[in-house]
Amino acid sequence: MSFEVLLDHRIGERRIGLGLASDEAITALVGPSGAGKTTVLNCVAGLRRPDRGRIVVGGTVLFDSAADVNLPPERRRAGYVFQDARLFPHLKVESNLRYGERLTRREERWIGHDEVVEFLGIGHLLARWPATLSGGEVRRVAIGRALLAAPRFLLLDEPFASLDPARGEALMRLVERIRDELKVPILLVSHDRSEVARLTGHVATLG
Amino acid sequence: MTGWLTASELSVVVLSLKVSLVAVVVTLPIAYALAWLLARRRFPGRILVDALVHLPLVVPPVVTGWLLLILFGRTGPIGGWLDEHFGITLVFRWTGAALAAAVMALPLMVRAMRLSIEAVDRKLVDAARSLGARPWHAFLTVTLPLSAPGIAAGAMLGFARSLGEFGATITFASNIAGETRTLPLAIYSGLQLPGAEAQVARLSVISIVLSIAALIVSELLVRRSGGSRAHVL
Repeated sequence: MSFEVLLDHRIGERRIGLGLASDEAITALVGPSGAGKTTVLNCVAGLRRPDRGRIVVGGTVLFDSAADVNLPPERRRAGYVFQDARLFPHLKVESNLRYGERLTRREERWIGHDEVVEFLGIGHLLARWPATLSGGEVRRVAIGRALLAAPRFLLLDEPFASLDPARGEALMRLVERIRDELKVPILLVSHDRSEVARLTGHVATLG
Repeated sequence: MTGWLTASELSVVVLSLKVSLVAVVVTLPIAYALAWLLARRRFPGRILVDALVHLPLVVPPVVTGWLLLILFGRTGPIGGWLDEHFGITLVFRWTGAALAAAVMALPLMVRAMRLSIEAVDRKLVDAARSLGARPWHAFLTVTLPLSAPGIAAGAMLGFARSLGEFGATITFASNIAGETRTLPLAIYSGLQLPGAEAQVARLSVISIVLSIAALIVSELLVRRSGGSRAHVL
């Protein structure tokens, strides 16, 4: 199984329940906005603790309320690409890319810096400040930063949202290439079922 | 400078700068820790800590000085302990003046730093954690640098406040020439003496110049590090 997510979480009045087991390269989670899709990703990344459940990725138990397992985010090795990218504003693109890479042990790295830069076509952006990048550029740098942290899996939160059709298409092809060439399991969240149908056969619905 | 100021006036200026500098440097990490605690943590007694930090801002400075005498006086609980174990005496010493200045500057420093820490998006800290950073590393590489403008502003504000400190200093450290007589105290002493009008004027001008310089430096530091890259998306 690439992703096995079973969780029950309550935020205020809202209750988020999900049971998901997928062995696809890409697993998609769709649902209307406000259904708790990002909350699920945060739970998988370890940024939020679900009330109850069990989260297993690639055979590693990240969270299990019954067994009292709850790995901190830095030990889960998730390549989380946030919807709002969250590039560090005080670091140039180059240093943003290096941030996670520096924290990764050499033997755990499975992709090189130059390889990532070329793969994403961001070589010309390295000396820039994040604030000067376009929406598409920001997202590509965020993906690069996540890949360089040698993640065991990727979490993509609405990767195609709020991009013009051409940029959205380019990013879609990029995700397909990650799927086909990098062999790292991806859990992708989207509000648009038609958008993800092309990427994967496993689409789970929330809300 | 020496032609314009007398030797004793110059020593007052030097003492003032020393007292204020020591007060700010020693208080800086404490103020930042308190600011971080108040900005980022919910814990029982938080309101009490907040109130205690702000106490010197709201009570009359002479009362703060009195409280310092009670606590740090030679027979006080903290002062007695310091005297007994380290042979450190604070009352009637320049170090006591620095302590009074530090306590009075603390609330201003904490406020400036707290605002800047609250302005650091926690989501950036989450991003750092997901990239493999332990909490302490995420703090050092994200929260600390992004709140640097607030640290600079707090330090300069605290420095200006320390330079102007009068009430708590005269109460706790007294007005001893060459030891605790800082600029405001020297100006006050000058006002008691007939014929010292020119001295009072000179020291006052220096006070004004130093304080305004500190404020301008703090403003410039904030602008330079804030700049165009303060926000993403």
